[in-house]
Amino acid sequence: MLPYIGRRILNLVPVLLGISLLAFSLSALAPGDPALRILRLQSDAPPTRAAVQKLRAELGLDAPFPLRYLRWLQDAARGDLGESYRTGEPVLRALALRFPATAQVAVASTLLALVISLPLGVFSAVRRNAPVDHASRIWALVGASMPSFWLAYVLILMFSVGLRLLPVAGHGTLAHLVLPSVTLALGGAATLTRLTRSSLLETLGEDFVRTARAKGLGSFSVIARHALQPGLIPVVTALGIRLGHLLAGAAIVETVFAWPGIGKFVVDSIYDRDYPVIQGFVLFTGIVFVLVNLLVDLLYVWIDPRIRIEAGRG
Amino acid sequence: MAEAVLPTVLTARPRPRAGVGHRLLRDRAAIVGLILVAGAVLAAVAAPILTPHDPIAINPAVVLQGPSRLHPLGTDNLGRDVLSRLLHGARPSLGTAATASLLILAIGVTGGTISGYVGGRVDEVLMRIVDVLLAFPSLILALAIAGMLGPGLVHVMIGMAAVWWVGYARIVRGLVLSVRERQFVEAAQAVGASHARIVWRHALPNVMAPVIVLVTLDMGGLILAISGLNFLGLGVQPPWPEWGAMLNEGRPFLFSTPRLMIYPGLAISLVVIGFNMLGDALRDVLDPRLRGGQTPS
Repeated sequence: MLPYIGRRILNLVPVLLGISLLAFSLSALAPGDPALRILRLQSDAPPTRAAVQKLRAELGLDAPFPLRYLRWLQDAARGDLGESYRTGEPVLRALALRFPATAQVAVASTLLALVISLPLGVFSAVRRNAPVDHASRIWALVGASMPSFWLAYVLILMFSVGLRLLPVAGHGTLAHLVLPSVTLALGGAATLTRLTRSSLLETLGEDFVRTARAKGLGSFSVIARHALQPGLIPVVTALGIRLGHLLAGAAIVETVFAWPGIGKFVVDSIYDRDYPVIQGFVLFTGIVFVLVNLLVDLLYVWIDPRIRIEAGRG
Repeated sequence: MAEAVLPTVLTARPRPRAGVGHRLLRDRAAIVGLILVAGAVLAAVAAPILTPHDPIAINPAVVLQGPSRLHPLGTDNLGRDVLSRLLHGARPSLGTAATASLLILAIGVTGGTISGYVGGRVDEVLMRIVDVLLAFPSLILALAIAGMLGPGLVHVMIGMAAVWWVGYARIVRGLVLSVRERQFVEAAQAVGASHARIVWRHALPNVMAPVIVLVTLDMGGLILAISGLNFLGLGVQPPWPEWGAMLNEGRPFLFSTPRLMIYPGLAISLVVIGFNMLGDALRDVLDPRLRGGQTPS
C-alpha cells in the first residue's frame, strides 16, 4: 500500500508541471499587449509608448517564453499568483477567500445526489423492468439532459416565486444553500442512478452472487453483503470525479444564484478581462482536481482488496 | 478523468454493417431519439423557410405579448417573435456542436492513431499531454480558454475542442493498439503493405464503430456545454438568437414572463434527450462493450 501511494504521488509531479505550463500559456491566448491593457485599465488617457515600454520592462515581458514561465513558476511555488487587475487583490488570497462557499455547495450537492441516486439505482436494478425501474430510467435520461442553468430557473419559479419557500439568490443562511445544491444534485443524481443501476446489474450476474444465492441467502442479504460493495466501486469513482468538478466551481449555477464562490468569481473576471485571475484560477482548480482524484484513488484501494493486493505487488 | 472509466481493452473486430439501421428501427427509444434530433436539424436547416418572422426584427408595438395567431409563442421584450428566434436559434446551437465535434474527431482520432500506431517517444509525449488535460475539469478549462480569447462562437468552439479531444485520443489509441496485434495486420505487413495503407484500410475501419457511438453519446453533453457558455454571454452576441443566449436575455423577465426562459430551455433539453436516446441505442447495436462509460458532466 505505501509504495503504491508513493508511486502515485511521484506520478503527479509531471502532471502538476503540465498544469502549470498550461495555466501559464493561457496568457498567450489573450489578445493584445498585457502592458497596454493594464495601462488602459489604470487611466482613461491613451498610454504613451514610453510608458508601455517601461511597464513591459518592469513586468519582464520582453524575456523569452521559457524564462518568463520559470519566473512565474517560481512565484507560483511561493504562493504568488499575481494580482487582480480589477481590485489589486492577490489572486491566491481572492481564490482562497471564495473557495469555502464553493466547497459548501459541492459537498452538499454531492451528498444529496448520493442520497437520491443510491436507493433509486439499487431499487431499479433489483426490480429490473418493473415500473419503478422504468420511471427511474426515464428520470435518469431527463435529469441528465436538462441544462443546469434552466433547471435552476425552473426551481426558482417553483420554490421561490410559486411556493415562496426559498430565497431566489444570495448567500448566508442555510436556506440560500438549498436551491444551488438541489440544482447541481439533480443533474448529478441522474447520471449516478444510471451508473449504480448498471453496475449493480453487472455484479448481480456474477458467479459469487449466484453462489451466495445458492447457499440459500435471502435476497436482501445477497444484495447488501455481496453485491453492493463491488457494485459501488464505479459509483465511488464517479462521485469523486464529480466532487472534483464541483470543487473547481460550478461557474454557471454559482452565477445564476449569485453564490460567491470561485466559479462566479472567474466568470466575473472573464467579463472584466482580469487575466491574472483566470490564469491563477486554472492553476488552483487544476491542483484541487488532482488532489481530489488522488484521494479517490486511495479510497478505491481501500474499498477494493483486489487493487490493494495488486498495488502491493506491482 | 471521466474518460478513464472506459475500458482500454476494447478490441474492435469487424462486424457486419448490414442490419444496423434495421435493428435501430426496431428500438422504440432509438426512433424517439431520431425524431427529436431530426426535428432539431430540420429546424436549423430550414429555419428561414419555416419562420413566420425575421428573428431579429424589433417591433416596439408588440413587446412581451402572449401567444397569438400571429406569434404562436408570443414575443420577447423587444417585440421579436419567439418562435422565429427559437427556430433560428437551433442553427448556432447545433452548428457549433457539430463543427466542434468534427474538430474533436479530427484531433482525437489523428492523435490517438499516431500514438497507438507509432508508439515509442511520440506516444509517450502525446499521452503526457492527454494526462495533463484530463487532470482538469474539462468545462472549467473550456470556460477559461473561451474567456481568455474573448466573446465569440468560434472561440467557444476552440475552447470545447481543446479540452474534449483527449478522451477520443485515448480510446482510439487503445483500439489501434489492439488492432495492431491482430493477424490481419500482420498479414498485411507480411505482404508489404505500407503504413498508410494499414492505417487507412485496417486500423481506422475498426476504430469507427465505437467512435461513432461516442460522438453520438457526447453530442448531448457538447450541446449542453456550448449553450452554457452562450448563456454566460461568451458565444453568440446580440441580437442573434441562440438557445443559451435567449435564456440569458430572458433573465430580467423571469418573474413577469417566464415563458421567455421556459421555451429555449425546453428546446435544449429535448435535443439533448434525443441525442442521448439515439446514442444509447446506437451503442447497444454497434458496440455494447462501451457500456459503463460516461460523458463529462
